[in-house]
This record gives sequence, C-alpha cells and structure tokens, in this order.
Amino acid sequence: MLIAVLLGFIFAISILVIGKFVKGKQSWLSTLIPLSLLAYFLSFIPQISKGEIIQQTYSWIPSFNVELSFQLDGLSLLFSLMITGIGTLVFAYTSAYLKGHEFLDRFYAYLSMFMGAMLGLVLSDNLISMFVFWELTSISSFYLIGFNNSSLASRKSALTALGITGMGGLLFLGGAVLLGELAGTFQISEMIGLADEITSSSSYVLIAVLFFGAAFSKSAQFPFHFWLPGAMKAPTPVSTYLHSATMVKAGIFLLLRFTPILGNTELWHSTLIIVGGVTMLYAAIHIIFRTDLKGILAYSTISALGILVFLIGLGTQEALIACLVFIIVHALYKASLFLITGIIDHETGTRDITQLAGLKKVLMPVAIAGFLAALISGGVPPTFGFIGKDLIYEAGLNWGSYTWILVGGALLTKILLYYAGFVAGVKPFVGQLPTKFENVHLPEKRLWIPPLVLVSLGVVLGFVPHLAETALIAPGIEVLMTSTETFHLKLWHGFNTALILSVITIAVGTLLYFVLIPSHKKERFIERFEVISPKNIVLKITEGFTVFSTLWTNFFQNGFLRHYVATIIGFLSLVLGYIIFTNFDLSLDYSSFSDLTVYEVAIVLMMITAILFTVFSRSRLAAVASMGIVGFAFCLLFLFYSAPDLAMTQFSVDTLTVILFVLVLYRLPKYLKMSKNVLRIEHGVLSIIFGALMTILVLKVLQEPVNAEITDYYAQNAYLLAKGKNVVNVILVDFRGIDTLIETCVLIVAALGVFGLLKLRLKTRDKK
Amino acid sequence: MKTIILRTASDFLLPVLLLFSVFILLRGHYLPGGGFIGGLVASIAFVLDAFANGLENTKKLLKLHPGFLMPFGLTLSVLAAISPIFFGGQPIMTGLWAEDPIPVIGSIGSALFFDIGVYLIVIGASLTIIFTISESA
Repeated sequence: MLIAVLLGFIFAISILVIGKFVKGKQSWLSTLIPLSLLAYFLSFIPQISKGEIIQQTYSWIPSFNVELSFQLDGLSLLFSLMITGIGTLVFAYTSAYLKGHEFLDRFYAYLSMFMGAMLGLVLSDNLISMFVFWELTSISSFYLIGFNNSSLASRKSALTALGITGMGGLLFLGGAVLLGELAGTFQISEMIGLADEITSSSSYVLIAVLFFGAAFSKSAQFPFHFWLPGAMKAPTPVSTYLHSATMVKAGIFLLLRFTPILGNTELWHSTLIIVGGVTMLYAAIHIIFRTDLKGILAYSTISALGILVFLIGLGTQEALIACLVFIIVHALYKASLFLITGIIDHETGTRDITQLAGLKKVLMPVAIAGFLAALISGGVPPTFGFIGKDLIYEAGLNWGSYTWILVGGALLTKILLYYAGFVAGVKPFVGQLPTKFENVHLPEKRLWIPPLVLVSLGVVLGFVPHLAETALIAPGIEVLMTSTETFHLKLWHGFNTALILSVITIAVGTLLYFVLIPSHKKERFIERFEVISPKNIVLKITEGFTVFSTLWTNFFQNGFLRHYVATIIGFLSLVLGYIIFTNFDLSLDYSSFSDLTVYEVAIVLMMITAILFTVFSRSRLAAVASMGIVGFAFCLLFLFYSAPDLAMTQFSVDTLTVILFVLVLYRLPKYLKMSKNVLRIEHGVLSIIFGALMTILVLKVLQEPVNAEITDYYAQNAYLLAKGKNVVNVILVDFRGIDTLIETCVLIVAALGVFGLLKLRLKTRDKK
Repeated sequence: MKTIILRTASDFLLPVLLLFSVFILLRGHYLPGGGFIGGLVASIAFVLDAFANGLENTKKLLKLHPGFLMPFGLTLSVLAAISPIFFGGQPIMTGLWAEDPIPVIGSIGSALFFDIGVYLIVIGASLTIIFTISESA
C-alpha cells in the first residue's frame, strides 16, 4: 500500500527526467498510473465487502511515535476509488485538454503529487502522517490553482486558497497533537475504543473546535467558503478533480473519520448541522446570481459540501448512509458537469451561460452527458441521484426535533441544486444555435468519453444500487457506527413524505429553470453586497495587516544603524531592568570575591582611558585603534584568568576587526560630526544603563550555586573519550562538533553574503 | 602603506606566520590552539601581506580566490563528521583514531581532519570578507 501511495510522488519526481516524453504525443500514457491504482484498489472490494479491514504499518519516525500506517476499510476504499477513478478520467481528459501546453509535464507532476497526497490522506491511520498528507494536498492545490502563473488573478486566488487551507492545516495539527496527547496514541484505529473518555475530557471542546476549523476551511464551509470560487481560476481538469470531487471532500472525510471518536455529542451535532445548513443555503442562493458556468458549479459544490456536513451533523445511520451515497452521487455528476464545462470552454471560448445555447447540434455526445448529469444532479428517478436525494429527505424527516426547519432547508437547497444542474448541463445545449458557434466541432474522444463514463455509472447504479451498497456503503457504515442495522438501497420506497418532497423538488426546480434566466443584471445586483461578504472582510483584515506591518517596519527599520543598535539595547535594558529590579535581591556578598591585583587595576584603567578616547576622538582611525586597545585589554584579562584559548581567539578576532574597520574607514572623508549632541548624550546614557545592568547581572550570576556536573564530565572524559588534553578544543571538535559544523556554515553564509552584496553592487555600478 | 621595512618584513613574516598557524592548528588537541585560532592567524598573515604589498599582489600569490577554501573545508569537516558511519556504522562525530602516532604531527584522527576543515573555512571566510570589503571600499 505504501507503494500505491508513493507512486504519485515518484511519478511527479520522475517528470524531471521524462518530462519531454510526458509533454509530447504520448501524454495519454500517464493515465496508466491512476488506472493501475484504480485496478489495485478495485481488487480489494471482495475482501472489504466481507467486512475485513486491512492494515499495514511502516516505521517512519519511531522516536516520535510517527508511523506510516495505512488502513483500508469501507470509508477509505470509497474515497480511494473516487480518487483513482476520477483521477484516471481526469488524466486522460487533460492529455487532450492541455495538448501541446508548454508546461503540461509540470501539470502532470502536480496532479500526480496531489493524487498521492490525497490517497495518503484517506488511507492514513496515523494522525501525524495524515496531517502531512493533508498539507501536501493544500500545497499541490496551490500549484494547480496558480498554474496559469502569468495571470495576476490566478496567483492571487492560489494564495488565498493556500492561506485559508493552510490555516486549516495549522488547526488540524493543533487538534491532532491535543488528541494524540489525550488518547496516548496517534493511531486513529486505537482511539475508537477511547471515544467515551475523549468526549468527556475537559479538552474535548478545544479538540472538536480545532477539527471543525480544519474541516470547514478545507471543505469550503461558510464563512471560509470564498477560496473555492476563486480556485476556479485553475484549468478545468483541476476544478474537476480537486475542487469538486476529491480535495474539498478531505474535510468531509476528516469529519467522517472522527465521527466514531468525537461525534455523539451535542456540540458535534449542533455545530455541524448549523454550519452545514447555513453553507448549503447560502451557496445555493448564490447560484441564482451567477452567469459563469464554473461559478455556478463552484457555488453548487459548496452547497453540496454543506449538505454533506449537515448530514454528518445529523449523525443517524440513515443520515450517514445518505452522506456516503451523496458523496458518490456528487462526485459522479459534478465531475462530469465540470468536464462538460471544460469542453464547452475549450470549443467555444466562453463559459458565459447567457451566450451559450443550442450546442447539441454540434456537440451531441456532450449534450447527452450533460443532460444525464443534470438528471442525476436533480435526483430524477431512476438515476442514482434519486436514491441519494430520497435518503437525505428521510434522514431529515426521521431526526426528531426541528424536523420542518431541517427538511425545509434541505428542500430549498435541493431545488436550487436541481436548477444549477439544469443550467449547467442542459441550458448550453438547447435552443437556437448562435451563428458564431456554427463552426464548433466535436473534439477528440479523450475529452467527451470521461463525462459519459461518469454519467452512465450514475444511471446504472440507479438500477442496481446494491452494487454500491455491498461494496462500499455497507462496509463504510460499519466503520462509522458502532452498531448497525441492516439496510438496503432501493429506488422505490413506496408512497411516503420523502417521495412527495422529491416530486416537489423536481416540479419547482423545473419551474425555476424556465422562470429564472441567468443574466448579468442579477450578477451585478449581488455584487453590491460584496462589501459585507466574508471574502471582503478577510481581505480587509489582510490589507490591515500589510498596512500595520509597513508602519511597524518603517518605524523600527529606518535605515540608521545607530537607531537599530539603540532599539535593541534599549529593549534589552528594559527587560533586564524589569527582571533585576522586581525579582532580584540587590545585595552582594563581597566576601566571596577575590582580592584585586595590581594587574587588574592597571588593565581596567587602560580600558577606561581607551573608551574615553574613543568617545571623544576627532579622528575615525584613532577611535577604531583605541577600540582595539579595549579588545586587547580583554585578552589580557582572559590570560590572567587562565583562558589562553579564549585570549588567543579574542586577540586574532580583534586584530581582524581593527583591520576591517581601517580598510573601510580609510577611504571615508574626514571625521564629521554626524550626530547632534542631544543624541550623543542619549546614546551615552543608554550605554551606561545597559553596562550597569549587565554588570549587576554578571555579579548576580557569580553568586548562584554553580552546577559543575557538565564541566566535570568534560574534564574527566576529554582524554578518555576523545583523546585530547585541551578540553576547550575537544568540546569544539568532538563533544559539540555538530555545533561547530553549523557555526562554520554560518561563517560561510556570512562571507558569501558580504561577497554577494558588495560584488552585485559593483556590477550594477559598472553598467551605468 | 607601502613602506620598505614592512614589505621586506612581510616577505619573511608570511611563511613564518603560516607555519605558526599550522603549528597552532596541530597542537590544539593537547594545548591551547585549534583550527579556529589557526585559521585566524593564517588570515592575519595574508592580510599583513596585503597591507605591505598591495591586495593585487597577495591575490596573485594566492592564485585562487580564498572563497574556494570554504567548500573544501566544509567538505572535509562533513566527511570527517560522517566517516564513522562507514567505519563500522558508528554514530556520526564518533572520534576515530589511528593506532600509532606519526612523528611531528602526532595522533591522527577524524577530529584532526574536522579541525583542518574548520581551519580552511575560517581562512576562506575571513579573507573573502576582508578582500571583498577592501576592494569595494
């Protein structure tokens, strides 16, 4: 199973080598990758439908309890089949859709990276590895949305999507760590037994909220939904694959996966019902005002995701069955509608629904696919969509309280979704064909066969629902519920309320289709409310951040080195002063100090003289030289206190520093009085305060009891373990060798930085 | 700053100082010294030469830009650090030592090569910084 997950990544990396081949005429061959994965997962159906759960574990970071453990059960099989199945069609479709595109190889790399990440996400049984794959899907989605990287709007949308889903990922990590700490394990399958302890613990609310945040941002729930319409800037295969069929369902998957662990509480049910309900209605109403086909589909996707969250919130067996069925139904019809939109866009050059009509004359097979997709989407019998819709109504009707609010919301949403399906799947194909589209011709098979495959599957499943039931739905439900009753999916449920609701949906939806004609006027109407939309509010907040950080940066980083140094020292003085004067006993025990010697007094006097000379000197070179004297005086001090290594290093460093200063200052004009006296006094006072604070601190440190354990260890073992008698050097090259290695890297980076900065400037000057 | 005395002296001082820096490098394991200090002394030797004879002449003397010492030094250090992996799969930074000491140099071990790497990096980095700044000042 590890290979199955990694195959996508391996292919993505191998594009570096075989990119030319993938870009060329044989690009359709890359379809073989998702196809082979699809076959691999299909082969598990007999085992899974018997109720088996397949687990495989590979050790990854054992010291952190992180394992690559995969679990294939009904739920993950359903998602895996969707990912690889739709993946196969999208890979094939892409080879024609982006034929000859300059970066087709890159596109395939991102796409297969995404497929690998998504498979890893749904198969993971370890929370941490699940998080890693979760982030990888966000990152590959970022690359795919911004695929047309020459367009500003694309880049902006990609960044928004990454921002929102990345924030969600952070919440997920927080929730995962908390949950893992609480349960004492990161294995999801082991947490199920601990469900009662987890839901009754005090950190449950925080964990649930963090998981909600993660799922809602990924699955575009209100108020995080706005990144999804923006993500439609991506090429259509991406919208099909990531932003309707698979990635946006990652949040749904997360909620489903944790239903047996975190579900079954009032918080869980009510939050999901409310958020899902608001999302499905909010997005459904937005559909009416859209004229861009992909915009319509984006909002109907958000609405469908809302329904799914709503159903998980209901949480009864009926609702969860409805949820699983609707996941399949939605993937089938929404993916085909997106693919159809892509064909229309590809052939006519527009996605504006007000201009498209009568295309069935020229694009017959596509029209058939569109019509069938609309039927599945609308839940017209005998398609699989009808079963899905029926189950949703029944789940709402049997929930108990607030029945009519829940069912009313679902009914309104379903009516609007019915309308959306017909606008996207039927409207472009009927009516009078405009003359400008008369030259449109049927594209190659690789474009129109994938949507036909999907819709026929949707129709066939309507007649033989037990195929889906035994293979996917029943094993899936067993994962989600602790105790299940037997159930059967069927088309005909007899005359009941759900059937009446279905009839209402179809009747009102059809009526809406004829009455509500999409127009630009309506679109402009809704744009007036843009100011109060969540998108705008978030954008305003981010703009505020930019303004704030500009102000902040300009204040502290104003380009004067002395200002920087003064800020740093001033801040340190404040913090140090606060700690010293609040927490410390200022009295010192003078008896522990050793007596002053003549040398020490002489050196200190030398230092003071040198410092005063530096401060009042009128010549730069003299100031630098006397600074050097201070340094050398320090070397002497080190020598007296028997630290010859330190003294030698300090001596060489000081020499080099003085040389450096001299080199730079030598060419500068004569010493000018640059700063005002007030500023000089200010800085002087600051320096004295800082020096005094440091002195107090050092004196206090001396009085603390010394922990000599490490010193003794080094002293005793320097020769035994590292065969060296100079402890300082042994520490540098052996005990703390890694530190030294990294420090030398820092040194190299600094040298390269100086070299790069100065040489670069020299060259531009040369150009002038 | 081209005085005859300094120029004459530096011609003798350069080899002596370089030898001294190597001496400091080698004795580091038992007595005060080591790669870092040795590297600083060596770069001071070159800087002194540059003061006396001019930067251009020192560069000619070096043939290669001192920056090239940095990757060599880093490679040497890293190799010394990871060498225990290849000698019996010990953890990195384990000290490996030859059994018999060599005359003049003393015991040879991975730590010595590590220190030589540090020595080269310090020379390379400090000379790169000083040369670059003095060229553009």
